[in-house]
Amino acid sequence: MGVSRRNKVVCILETGQIVRLFKVALAAPLLFALAGCKMVVMDPAGDIAMQQRNLILLATGLMLLIIVPVIAATLFFAWKYRASNTEAAYDPDWHHSTKLELLIWSIPMAVIVVLGSVAWISSHTLDPYRPLSRIGPNRPVPAGMKPLEVDVVALDWKWLFIYPQLGVASVNELAAPVDRPISFRITASSVMNSFYIPALAGQIYAMPRMQTQLHAVINKPGVYDGLSANFSGSGFSDMRFKFKGMSQADFDSWVAGLRASPAHLTRADYAQLAKPSGDEPVRHYATVDPDLFTRIIGGCAAPGQACANDMPGMPDMTRASVDKTKICTPQRVALNTRRPAAAKAVRAE
Amino acid sequence: MKMSEMPNLAASSHLDIAKLIFGRLTWDAFPIHEPILVGTFAVVALGGLTVLGLITRYKLWGYLWREWFTSVDHKKIGVMYMVLGVVMLLRGFADALMMRAQQAVAFGANHGYLPPHHYDQIFTAHGTIMIFFVAMPLVVGLMNFVVPLQIGARDVAFPYLNNFSFWMTVGGAVTVMMSLFVGEFARTGWLAYPPLSNLAYSPDVGVDYYIWSLQIAGVGTLLSGVNLVATIIKMRAPGMSLMKMPVFTWTALCTNILIVATFPVLTAALALLAADRYLGMHFFTNALGGNPMMYVNLIWIWGHPEVYILILPAFGIYSEVVPTFAGKRLFGYTSMVYATMVITVASYLVWLHHFFTMGSGASVNGFFGITTMVISIPTGAKIFNWLFTMYRGRVRFEVPMLWTVGFMVTFVIGGMTGVLLAVPPADFVLHNSLFLVAHFHNVIIGGVVFGAFAGINYWFPKAFGFKLDPFWGKMSFWLWLVGFYFAFMPLYVLGLMGVTRRVSHFDDPSLQIWFVIAAFGAVLILGGIVSFLVQIAVSIMKREELRDVTGDPWNARTLEWSTSSPPPDYNFAFTPVVHSLDAWWDMKARGYQRPVEGFIPIHMPKNTGAGVILAGLATAAGVALIWYMWWLAAASLVALVAVAIAHSFNEDRDFHIPAEAVVEAEGARTELLRTAA
Repeated sequence: MGVSRRNKVVCILETGQIVRLFKVALAAPLLFALAGCKMVVMDPAGDIAMQQRNLILLATGLMLLIIVPVIAATLFFAWKYRASNTEAAYDPDWHHSTKLELLIWSIPMAVIVVLGSVAWISSHTLDPYRPLSRIGPNRPVPAGMKPLEVDVVALDWKWLFIYPQLGVASVNELAAPVDRPISFRITASSVMNSFYIPALAGQIYAMPRMQTQLHAVINKPGVYDGLSANFSGSGFSDMRFKFKGMSQADFDSWVAGLRASPAHLTRADYAQLAKPSGDEPVRHYATVDPDLFTRIIGGCAAPGQACANDMPGMPDMTRASVDKTKICTPQRVALNTRRPAAAKAVRAE
Repeated sequence: MKMSEMPNLAASSHLDIAKLIFGRLTWDAFPIHEPILVGTFAVVALGGLTVLGLITRYKLWGYLWREWFTSVDHKKIGVMYMVLGVVMLLRGFADALMMRAQQAVAFGANHGYLPPHHYDQIFTAHGTIMIFFVAMPLVVGLMNFVVPLQIGARDVAFPYLNNFSFWMTVGGAVTVMMSLFVGEFARTGWLAYPPLSNLAYSPDVGVDYYIWSLQIAGVGTLLSGVNLVATIIKMRAPGMSLMKMPVFTWTALCTNILIVATFPVLTAALALLAADRYLGMHFFTNALGGNPMMYVNLIWIWGHPEVYILILPAFGIYSEVVPTFAGKRLFGYTSMVYATMVITVASYLVWLHHFFTMGSGASVNGFFGITTMVISIPTGAKIFNWLFTMYRGRVRFEVPMLWTVGFMVTFVIGGMTGVLLAVPPADFVLHNSLFLVAHFHNVIIGGVVFGAFAGINYWFPKAFGFKLDPFWGKMSFWLWLVGFYFAFMPLYVLGLMGVTRRVSHFDDPSLQIWFVIAAFGAVLILGGIVSFLVQIAVSIMKREELRDVTGDPWNARTLEWSTSSPPPDYNFAFTPVVHSLDAWWDMKARGYQRPVEGFIPIHMPKNTGAGVILAGLATAAGVALIWYMWWLAAASLVALVAVAIAHSFNEDRDFHIPAEAVVEAEGARTELLRTAA
């Protein structure tokens, strides 16, 4: 008797429903994607964000394999075994079935084993600290192509972008050539922010006196929204910028425009710029103090400020001195700016 | 007029004295220039005065003080926790409505009606209040009321401590409410991450209100955790071995173990933050060796178990409701218990998933992603267990069961998006987005709030002797359910459109329609809350019609239903002896006869006002610290210690209910049962 009952349970799950639900589960992510024509997270323009989107679709699809049958079964059981339906079987003492127990523990476990593997592998392949090996599906980074380096500083409440290879800087406007890897080093001047361009790649926190990294590539020319994703005070809502994906030629002329700007970003100018202000216009700087970024991380950017390593007893925690494979928290950097060689070593990938 | 002169006065020669007495409290702290707050204050003051007036008019002060405020009866304390939770729900939900209204209109040139200074306080207060002063009181209140009854005990292990814990929670709530009208609340988000919450970036009183209200309430929560753990371990009826405990008691045990283990972490983290702000320390500052990420780790080592502290008792409620209304034994009791224990342990191992985006290494992120996913396995098993409890049952769709089915459907969606967020690279694009906001409301509303309403509807007749009106209960359920989907599905969509949280103004007009839909959903939920209040009022008016004299209106299974409704002060005239899981169902099946003679005097704890006084002094100390009134802080702390010591010499703490009184109470019940039958 017990056996037949157990078989029935499995039958209810098997016949028709499961097959149909399987189809729904597989179709749903597609519908999701179709409906997502305005959803930037579902329709990004950079390879990293695209892989992250694919991960969302895969994970959602896998989980729908369980979720949809569970919802259907909940509603079906609730309806079928309603008190007024005296036709339905009633078995008030039935409370255990080893087979069923195995099933209800093993099905979620199986999904989690698959999803956990996906999570582990993708954590590594999409680690924001990992230099890119490709600029798109089946498109490895061309030999000899160096990433564009951008140093990002989250200020109260605007964004400063420094291009160390080019010696220029901009505020609230970021540009990069398409299909060239971008290597971001990110910090903040005062409080925590999160650097996020949904079309390009996932976010990473911008934290004062710490440096985080992000590697990404933009594949389509266009103007995309960038923002701070982590609340940082009263000017937070308008702490937005435009990220421009450009052809190499357009990018070159954009940089030329920066170089033609009359403004120069010295440490004194930075101290002015870092003062809290909101809804700031775009600014361009023809030159930038070469030590500025490392000094911002060291908390010694303002004119006359001494850096932490000038003080006795502070450990030297430059990137060059740390085994890269062992980094598991954002790097706290207290750079000695009197040793520019060390600072350069930080940059070398 | 006079008020505007006051600061000048303070600035003159009286400066030092005024500062000595009032610290940094000046007339500027009263927001008389903010029309919204003045209006709110007028409404609250009018409402409060009406309530106080009515209490005075009907001479209820003495009754309230003797029978409720000073009561050490776990049932009354449980009810008071529920009242606190519902009152604070109104405040927290008012904040939610204001945010929804702001986001529905603040596009382009329109900056809405809330400037950032005000909006930022609202979302901080909303989160803080909903977690600490709504969800926690509702959950703790239900545990307080139900657990001793379910295990056949007279009261909790430490009745006086229970009263003190409750009043400390009230003290925290009072402090938060005070910030609305005196000074301001934090503008940092509900977890107050430094450096933003450091003195350098939040110099005013907001973060101090946050710190001290949570510290005061936290003491209460921690002690009530100690109390319930001791109660469950030591005070079960004879025969109730651990594996014969009702599932709600199991979840309460696990939740309170979590409380005892994690609330000290919150207390420590906030104490270190307070040390940064008050003593010039540098634990979480940017300079002199401090690191804000330490705070982020500490706060989430408390914060993630906290969500399981809330959801486990809700799981327990569903585990009571489903078997009762399916008229069938719970499927897979043993696996339910083990699932609860796995969740309890695993909830400690996942905290880092709240900041995958802070640059932890790939392996660290991968580890915490997997541990997070592992929690979904026992949670999934639980869902299946409820599902198969309905299978071959006779499901009666009374209001508690409606909430439960609504939960099962809603919660799995929230669980799915939660597992999605546990995939670190997926989290990189969804963290801090409205998708995340939708996710945690999906599990907290769909899990904890639905559970609290199921529990209220289920145990209300036990507490008061009459059922809640089913029509308004169903209204409340459907409005909440539909309102929830309208309010939060658009947020999932917005999250996928790259919209992040805590934003008070938008540029892109194409987003607006989704915010308008969400605001509509919030209005539906408002309808659900109003319906709940109407349900209570209607039920009180129709109480004779809804009266239950059996003490077991749902034909339920556990011990609390074996005694009268409301239960006598002593809960059980004789301690029941347990032979099986679902003890009361078993007793009914074996033709249990209620004892009607042989009653003996019952030893009981005495009421005391010490809890109210101590919590009042703690609140005074907190407020004094917020406003830098050092003399008052010192005086209240000294008084606090003095009262605590003095009360420890009070040995007049217990009494016996005479046998005659028990005979009378039990005789009345016998009579009632006979007339009913």
